[in-house]
Amino acid sequence: MDKNRKVHQFKNPVLNWIEFRLPIISYFKKEYGDYPMPKNCNYFWSFGALATITLVTMIVSGIFLAMNYTPHTDMAFDSVERIMRDVNYGWLMRYIHSNGAAFFFIIVYIHIVRAMYFGSYKYPRELNWILGVFIFLLMMATSFLGYTLPWGQMSYWGATVITNLFSAIPFIGEGLKTWLLGDYNVGNATLNRFFALHYVLPFVIFGVVGLHVAAVHVHGSNNPDGIDIKTNNDSVNFFPYMLIKDTVAMCAFGVAISAVIFFGPNLMAEVDNYIPADPLVTPAHIVPNWYLAPFYAILRAVPDKLGGVLLMFGAIVILFVLPWLDRSKVRSCNYRPIYKWFMMGFFVNFFALGYVGMLPAEGLYLLIARVGLLYYFGFFFIITPFVGWIEKPSKLPLSISDVYAKNIAPNIGGGEKGIPSPAMQKDTNL
Amino acid sequence: MAKKPKNKRRDFLQLSTVTLGAVGTAAFIWPFLKSMSPAEDTLAAGSTEVDISAIEEGQSITIKWRGKPVFIKKRTKDEIDAAKMVQASELRDPQDDADRVQKEEWLVLVGVCTHLGCVPLGQKVSDMKGEYDGWYCPCHGSHYDTSGRIRKGPAPKNLDVPPYTFLNDNTIKIG
Repeated sequence: MDKNRKVHQFKNPVLNWIEFRLPIISYFKKEYGDYPMPKNCNYFWSFGALATITLVTMIVSGIFLAMNYTPHTDMAFDSVERIMRDVNYGWLMRYIHSNGAAFFFIIVYIHIVRAMYFGSYKYPRELNWILGVFIFLLMMATSFLGYTLPWGQMSYWGATVITNLFSAIPFIGEGLKTWLLGDYNVGNATLNRFFALHYVLPFVIFGVVGLHVAAVHVHGSNNPDGIDIKTNNDSVNFFPYMLIKDTVAMCAFGVAISAVIFFGPNLMAEVDNYIPADPLVTPAHIVPNWYLAPFYAILRAVPDKLGGVLLMFGAIVILFVLPWLDRSKVRSCNYRPIYKWFMMGFFVNFFALGYVGMLPAEGLYLLIARVGLLYYFGFFFIITPFVGWIEKPSKLPLSISDVYAKNIAPNIGGGEKGIPSPAMQKDTNL
Repeated sequence: MAKKPKNKRRDFLQLSTVTLGAVGTAAFIWPFLKSMSPAEDTLAAGSTEVDISAIEEGQSITIKWRGKPVFIKKRTKDEIDAAKMVQASELRDPQDDADRVQKEEWLVLVGVCTHLGCVPLGQKVSDMKGEYDGWYCPCHGSHYDTSGRIRKGPAPKNLDVPPYTFLNDNTIKIG
C-alpha cells in the first residue's frame, strides 16, 4: 500500500476515520459536490436525475408488490386483484408501479431526445450513449416481462406475440422459442421465469446506470450550446446549484405523476388486461404498451414475418452506431440550421409511429406506418451522414460564460471575467 | 535461444489450462441452460380423445390440446371443393388439400396463427372468416382458406395439422 497516499482531511473525526480506510467521502464530494456543471444547462438536464429517482421508486414499489404476488397461472390474476382490494395500500403500490413504468419511459424518452438534439452522444461521450441505449433495451425487456405478470388477456397475448418473434429466426427459431418459454406455448413455466427475471433485471439496470453516470462524470455534462467548459467561470458546482434545480424538477414531476396515480390510474392501462388470461380466445386488438408502440408499428408495417422482426430490432440496434453515422463535429442542433429540422422531424415521426402502433394495421394507418418506417431508417442511414457533410453550421459562441452573459443573464455581467484568453478560444474538439 | 524450449512448455501449460477451464465452464453452464427447456411432465402432456358425433356439417369445435386450441371442422361440400380447386403451386406454403386431411370432410388444425401465435377467428358463425372463407387472424390480418392454408397476410405457413387418428367413426384421438 502506498504510504504516501494523500488522505483528505475533514473536520468531523468520524468522516476522517472512514476516509482513511475507504475514500468514499472524498469520492462523493468530488462526484456529487464539487462536480462542475455547465452553467447554461436547462431543465432538460434534470431528466437523468428524474430517471434515477424513478428507477429507485420502481424497485421499492416492486419489492413490496412481490411480497403479495403469486407467480402461478392459476393464482396470478387473483393475487393481483387481492393486492388491489385487500392488501393495505396495495392499490397504491400497484398504481405507483404501473404508472411509474409509463413515466419512466416518458422521462427516458425526453432524456434521449435531449441527448440527440444537443449532440450529447458525440465525442467524447460515445460510450456513455452506448451504455444509455443498453439501459433502454434492458428497460424494454423488463417492462415486457412485468406486463406479463398480472396474467390478464393482454399479458398473455402480448407475451405470446413477442415470444413468437423469435420463431421467425430461420432453423433455430422454434427451438429457441420453446426454450425461452419452457413449454410449447406461454404457460406456467413461462410465468415463473418471467417473474424471476423481472425481479432481477432492475438491479442489472441499476448497475449499468452506475456506469452510465460514472462515464458522464469523466468528461463532464454536455450543455445546450454543445461547447466544452474552458474556465471555472463556465460552470457551477453540482451542490447546491444543480441539486436544487433537480429538486425543483422532481417536485414538478411528483405533481404530474401523483395526478395520474390518484385521478386517472388506468388512463394508460388496457381494459382487456382486467380479463383473466384465456389461451383459447385472442382479443380483437392486441395493443402493446404505448411506450413500445413505435417499434410495434415498424413490426407490423412489413408484410413479411422475418423482415418485420429484423427491422423492429434493427430500429433499436441502429441507435448504438449513431455517434459514427453523424459526421458533424458540431454537437448542438441550435447551431445546425438544416439538421435541426430533420431532427425535429424524427421526433414527430417517432410519435406518429407510436400513434399508429396502437391502432389496427390497415388502410391509412398502415400507410403512415410505412412512411414512418422509411423516414426512421432514412434519418439514420441517409440524412444524418449527408447533412453533416453539406451543412454549414452557424458560428459557435466563444465560451459558455459568453453565451450566459449575452442571452441568459445580460444584467449580471457574468461574461466579463469569463472571456477566455485567445489561446483558449480554440476548442480542441472542433 | 536457450530460453525458447522453456517458453514453449509454459505456453503449452497455459493453453491447456485455459482450454480445460473453458470446457469445464461450458459443462457447468449446460445444466442451467437445459433446465429452461420444457420439463418431463410438460413433454408428457399426452393425447386427447374427442367425440365428434354431435358436430353438424359446416360446424366447427375448439378443443384444448397441450394448452393450445385445436379446431375440428366438418366441412361442407362447397368448402371441400373450394379447397381442392386451388393449385398448390400458387400458394405461399404449397400443399394439396388431400395432404392435410385423412377424411376429406374432417379438417383438424392447430388453431394458432403461424405469424405470431394468435388464435384466428372463424370458429363461430358470427366470426369474420376472411377473404377465403376459412379463418382470419385479427392480430395482423392473415387470411386462411377452407383447408387452413395461408392465402394473404404476414403469416409464413399454413395452420399446422396435429397428429391424430380416427379410433372409430365418432372419435378422434389427437396427439
